[in-house]
Amino acid sequence: MAVYAFWRLVQAAATLLIVSAVIFVVIRLIGDPTYLMLPPEATEADRQVLRVQMGLADPVVVQYARFLWQILHGNLGISYRFSLPALSVVLQRIGPTLLLTSSALGLGIAVGVPLGVLSAAHRGGWIDALAKGVATIGQAAPPFFLGLIFVKVFSVSLGWLPTSGFGGPRYLIMPAVALGWYAAAGLIRLTRSTMIDVLGAEYIKMARIKGMRERSVIAKHALKNVALPVITFAGLQFGVLMGGAVSIEAVFAWPGMGTLILESISNLDFTVVPAALMVSALLFTLINLAVDLLYAFIDPRISYE
Amino acid sequence: MSEMLIGQTPLTPSRSGMKDVSAPLTHLRRSRGWARRVSLAIVLALLLIIVGAALLAPLVAPYNPTDIALDQGLRAPSARHWFGTDQLGRDVLSRVIWGARVSLLIALSAVVLAGAFGGLVGLVAGYAGGWIDIFVMRFADVQFSLPAVIMALVLVGTVGSSLLSLIVVLSLANWARFARVVRSEALALRNADFVLLARLAGASSTRIVIRHILPNVGNTFIVLATLDIGLIVILEATLSFLGLGVQPPDPSWGAMIADGRGYLERAWWASILPGAVLMTTVLCFNQLGDALRDGLNPRLKSRW
Repeated sequence: MAVYAFWRLVQAAATLLIVSAVIFVVIRLIGDPTYLMLPPEATEADRQVLRVQMGLADPVVVQYARFLWQILHGNLGISYRFSLPALSVVLQRIGPTLLLTSSALGLGIAVGVPLGVLSAAHRGGWIDALAKGVATIGQAAPPFFLGLIFVKVFSVSLGWLPTSGFGGPRYLIMPAVALGWYAAAGLIRLTRSTMIDVLGAEYIKMARIKGMRERSVIAKHALKNVALPVITFAGLQFGVLMGGAVSIEAVFAWPGMGTLILESISNLDFTVVPAALMVSALLFTLINLAVDLLYAFIDPRISYE
Repeated sequence: MSEMLIGQTPLTPSRSGMKDVSAPLTHLRRSRGWARRVSLAIVLALLLIIVGAALLAPLVAPYNPTDIALDQGLRAPSARHWFGTDQLGRDVLSRVIWGARVSLLIALSAVVLAGAFGGLVGLVAGYAGGWIDIFVMRFADVQFSLPAVIMALVLVGTVGSSLLSLIVVLSLANWARFARVVRSEALALRNADFVLLARLAGASSTRIVIRHILPNVGNTFIVLATLDIGLIVILEATLSFLGLGVQPPDPSWGAMIADGRGYLERAWWASILPGAVLMTTVLCFNQLGDALRDGLNPRLKSRW
């Protein structure tokens, strides 16, 4: 367990180190910030002075080391647009995004896992067909399009829910369902196929032979063994949902990190974008680290191969 | 295990679940085999129509997709305009057909690129093992920890949006899935008897990878690529929807959905119909991928 935890930590740190390198390369790709910071009539000599001041004239390795040092101190640059540290701009907008993604994931688990279990237990039945339909639609429809259909049906035609904005639970329903449907689809498929595998195992046969009722077989023996891959998958889904949140936020004018990223790109506010990337990568890595460690703690069979 | 869990159901079944006392499924499977064949035929026919229309867009599109007729704006679907017209009076069906050309060209090219790169990385990592494996697979972790949409937005936002940059960006955002799955297959095959025998016979590593490992990874690869087409079509549509993908006046499904958004009340067809075609296309590729997976992998029994 301790060995596993150690290597898993090293792995997470290595991933984040490479993430920082990738983001550094992206920042370099964006180009020379002196063109944005100085007025267009500035001379090349003026720019060179600023470049030296900003350390852009140093060797790339030195620049990366400095960049890494700044990240470790929570310094991700200043947003030109807000004149605030980029990190605090991002953190101000992360709340709504986390509310959206966690509601979507919660919904996906709440719908996907029971549907997956039931469809595996009643293969060929109506609930299996229902689960197949939900999964097929969820994997084929882009979240933003589902969102638009919901707006058309529930806001424009029926007038039940507000078209967009951020407020009470009524504002959360459509964005969360539109985003969560995709997660539900993956979870249905995974839960169902894992459940079918588990139901074929020897100890399930044993439980049936000793006369246990099917309901108890599933609840007491099968479900436990389905949980591990399902939780791992849910952790990995978080990254996908963070990405999907961008378009959902655009559809519903949701004031989260996705709209911030879009605004920053169109306003050329290029320190905010790397900061947002770094924060979402950190969140994703920590969540998956927590999931893996929790499971290694619960399930003694897990070890680092 | 986690290598298997990305996106879809696991590609390789667990070998533990071969015997089944859960239900007498043979009769069920036989009766549903017929239904499956019919639905596969429908899927193939739809794909043929969509891909055919995309290839033959100049011949089959009833109107020029960029012809503006302001006095014909937002007309409902009719015999003249099957899918209606958009706010600028452009024929929605023609734009959907030309949009298919752009979307499918981008998606197929990106899948080929992502598959070639990811597949190569996975083969090398899986066969070489050790530090190479550990090092290379951390890059795959990185791709998963940076959400594809956000990464693609940033890259397209910085290098600019052209057909080529979209293809490269979308493949950069999708190679890791190939790498992970191919790696785990290669890892399993590395110690297979026929590989050990080939090594004993003096075959070089390159020869073993090309002649013995590659053919055995092929099926998995084809399934994965087919399922990936749908994902990339969605990703491209998302970028275009957000205004950073295919640029106007070129028609694209995502941009059409975005343009029609403001007219949901008066003219739902301008955004819903392109979206419906997009959904149908993705659904067909997903179904084809599932069918291929079932067909190419007789061990698999957890199929729908």
